[in-house]
Amino acid sequence: MTEIHDEGATVAERVERRWAAVAVLIIVFLAGMAAFAGIHQATMPQTTVETIDPTTIHLQGEFVESNLGSAVGADGSVTVRAVGQQYSFSPPCLLVPSRTPITIRATSADVVHGLLVQGTNINTMLVPGYVSVQKATFSEPGEHLMPCQEFCSVGHEGMWGKVKVVDKQQFLSELADKRRISCAP
Amino acid sequence: MLHNRRLILAHFWLAFAVFAAALLLGAWQMYVRSPLSPWISNPEWYYRSLTAHGTVMGYVFPTLVAMAFGYAISETSLKQNLVGLRWAWAGFWLIAVGAVVAMIPVALGLASVLYTFYPPLIGSPFYYIGVVMVVLGSWIWVALMSINLRIWKKENPGTPVPLPMFANVAGSYLWAWTAVGAALELLLQIIPVALGFKSTIDAGLARVFFSWTLHAIVYFWLMPTYIAYYTIVPRAIGGRIYSDTMARISFILFLVVAMPIGIHHAFADPQVGAGFKFLHSVFTALVALPTLLTVFTICASVEIAARARGGRGAFGWMGALPWRNPMMLAVTFSFVMLGFGGAGGLINMSYQLDTTIHNTQWITGHFHLIFGGAIVIMYFAIAYDLWPHLTGRPIASLGLVRLQLWLWFVGMIVTTFPWHYVGILGMPRRMSFFDYTDPALANEAVSVVLSAIGGVILAASGILFIFILISTQFSQPRQIEDYRFALAVHPPTRVPVALNSYGLWIALMIGLTVTNYGYPILQLAARDDTSVPAVYVGER
Repeated sequence: MTEIHDEGATVAERVERRWAAVAVLIIVFLAGMAAFAGIHQATMPQTTVETIDPTTIHLQGEFVESNLGSAVGADGSVTVRAVGQQYSFSPPCLLVPSRTPITIRATSADVVHGLLVQGTNINTMLVPGYVSVQKATFSEPGEHLMPCQEFCSVGHEGMWGKVKVVDKQQFLSELADKRRISCAP
Repeated sequence: MLHNRRLILAHFWLAFAVFAAALLLGAWQMYVRSPLSPWISNPEWYYRSLTAHGTVMGYVFPTLVAMAFGYAISETSLKQNLVGLRWAWAGFWLIAVGAVVAMIPVALGLASVLYTFYPPLIGSPFYYIGVVMVVLGSWIWVALMSINLRIWKKENPGTPVPLPMFANVAGSYLWAWTAVGAALELLLQIIPVALGFKSTIDAGLARVFFSWTLHAIVYFWLMPTYIAYYTIVPRAIGGRIYSDTMARISFILFLVVAMPIGIHHAFADPQVGAGFKFLHSVFTALVALPTLLTVFTICASVEIAARARGGRGAFGWMGALPWRNPMMLAVTFSFVMLGFGGAGGLINMSYQLDTTIHNTQWITGHFHLIFGGAIVIMYFAIAYDLWPHLTGRPIASLGLVRLQLWLWFVGMIVTTFPWHYVGILGMPRRMSFFDYTDPALANEAVSVVLSAIGGVILAASGILFIFILISTQFSQPRQIEDYRFALAVHPPTRVPVALNSYGLWIALMIGLTVTNYGYPILQLAARDDTSVPAVYVGER
């Protein structure tokens, strides 16, 4: 009897070991995929931590009102700057060119907000005291809703921005005589 | 033999009473944010309700269930009377009073900060103090579980610790350590500001502290469920535990790797660099391991029961399972929901895929499927299993029990599947209402209505659950046999020290937490330029 018993135990253990090995392989595969996609910059979270004083952003530095919206740098790259505050985004409508790599730089003036562009995987947190950076490319012209995705107190449900994607030529012609542009009314 | 029935019943009843109240709030929330309700009159009520729902469901309810089950396990598996009964009652009252202290400011609208706090939003200090009291009460339980096991070990040298108690104490240590993150956030950061000693706070650092708690707390919620999988289900359906060793390994893995992974909740945050995010992503993948092992072991244990009942063939044995047995139903539903929820979890843990669904309704769908679904349905099963032994009365109607479990399962699927869908469309979570007249949102309306219907089904199931417990409590007493746990196919006669004690694993748990959190926390704590003014909630 004990012999049969022991044999059963050996079989049970072997099956169990095999399953454990399969489980480990699944996990190694998943982590490997994450590493691969990360190294190839499919979507990398921002690498450096940037800080900013939320009490003075309206007065000085990168996020003063006149510097918000879309701009083209000396190297031709497009940067979009935005600020979240209870209960709106400034500017409330972002104008961006299609088929062009852009960098979104955003922060919060008061509490924690979130910036999500529907229909894309642009999605980041705006934490007061820190600057969020995200790179993106819009493939087609069109309009997207941009809700605040993080609870920011009563009024959170009213915090909806917009993103308007236009053809690159149109974007550049609208920008021609201005330093910064947005589609805010 | 259960001696301290009053203690255990008090914990269970308080747990299920607050659960029922929070469940009704949840159903109400789904109704008012759906197109079925013409327009919400005051969004503030929604956020009060959401804060209460989250606080009760996240902190009070699972903690009380784990404590009640833990006391029952300690008595029945060690066959030893509970030591520290007075302390246990003190812990219970700390939680009961703490819950009231926390909920009064929430009801008054002075603490609508949701259960994850969101500094620099700052609510009434009483809310946070109430939460701290709940945690302190539960830490008494942690100490009692440890002490009771120690006493038993002294009297039974060399004997393997019974599996239920081994898992129970692992769960209590997991909780003690994971609660430290939120405790540091509350005591060092939030409460001084709430009391007015300080007016600024580092929101980024607070989010890192909270992430320390935020994921492992889920594994604390999950512990009673997994203990039930391993040590109740096989007995209830006439089977055996396939492997006692694998069960121990699973619980140890939870203890060690559930902790250092919380930064995956901050993948989209600007205050943590990419390196630590990747590290936490990998560790999060690792925590799938104990679940994969458990799924195998439990399916194998169930198969043993089926074959013992005459089941044959590669898959034919499934038909021989006791499908009318409530425990069989509960574990099946739980596994189905764990499967869907776990697949969603693997998507959340990948820091590439996470950006698509971060903070959308998908996340709400995911954790309701895991916690509200896979975990809570086993809490029901635990209650049904223990109730006859706690009250001396058999469950009044097994038909009603089956109906209740079915309603919960269907309700949870109907609620969460549409949430996953609108989440992919980019619907943000934690919003009191949506403007469904906007053409871009109009196509989400149907899904939200479906979820609200799911909420009604869940509320009905919850009420039925309470009804079954009460009616059992008032039925005819009968002789109930002693409570026992499932046996392993090969019961352990000797277990290696490593699988019979926690020292090594606690050291690993703390060591890994320090390596995975130490640098991000120190880096942020050392900076003096990241504190921002507090924003107080409600009238002051």
